[in-house]
Amino acid sequence: MILTATYARLSGATNRLASPTRFMRYSARLLPWLFGVGVLLTAIGVGGGLFITPPDYQQGDTVRIMYVHVPFAWLASLGYAWLAACSFVSLVWRHPLADLAAAEISPVGAAFTAVCLATGSLWGKPTWGTWWVWDARLTSVFILLVLYIGHIVLLRAYDDDTRGQRTAAIFALIGVVNLPIIKFSVDWWNTLHQPASITLTGAPTIAMSIFWPLPFTAIGFTLIFFGIVFCRLQAAILERQARNQLAARLFASAEG
Amino acid sequence: MTHAPFIIAAYVIALGTPLALTVLAFTRRAAARRVLKGIDNGKAAR
Repeated sequence: MILTATYARLSGATNRLASPTRFMRYSARLLPWLFGVGVLLTAIGVGGGLFITPPDYQQGDTVRIMYVHVPFAWLASLGYAWLAACSFVSLVWRHPLADLAAAEISPVGAAFTAVCLATGSLWGKPTWGTWWVWDARLTSVFILLVLYIGHIVLLRAYDDDTRGQRTAAIFALIGVVNLPIIKFSVDWWNTLHQPASITLTGAPTIAMSIFWPLPFTAIGFTLIFFGIVFCRLQAAILERQARNQLAARLFASAEG
Repeated sequence: MTHAPFIIAAYVIALGTPLALTVLAFTRRAAARRVLKGIDNGKAAR
């Protein structure tokens, strides 16, 4: 009884929130704020990280790569969690906006994961002496990139869009198993990559004079990530409207 | 600044990628709007 009521309430909330018309209205208001505040926070974080914070006593100035590498690493996983949530909504409630959202999240997530790997590599060479090692953290993030690419490929692999969306959604949900592996890889295995310096429960193990720009870039890039996905989703909704209108016109002219 | 080329390359990639994605997203949205407007204008003309 409780389960049925919860399902009905969740289903209603999903339908209300995922209405394309409502999404277009709210996202149009939200986009300038996402980009405006996102760019401002990123600028403060980047400026502080490049010009104000002191160099690390061991790593020297290369520690400044942290202010861009860490936010992209977080967003690579967060983006995939969002993709999986949309895939779940798409499979359970068959909501078309969830399918559109999943299709728009994966290319942005893939790009952010690639940036995470590239900046990590650029940080690894001067500090570890190598561009790449197949340790658990790096490998699991590389698998995340492959999962994103797999989702993009599967979406386009079928002539029937619905079949492609369904298969890609199942694939995305299976890939969720990689997220805890990424998170705990540095604890479960002996990795070259360092363990987490920042946790939700404890204070950061980084000196505050070096740490402070990181929340700015983390929140800034997160807002920009959401802004990019929302803008792409707006474009996808408009493209679908255009396709539907063109199809309706073709149908009408064929009938007439 | 020690290892400046590594730091500069990391920042160029990290700032350039979201910038390029943003420009692409807005360009695509503007193109979709133009197509829809074209269809509406076509309807009005008939």
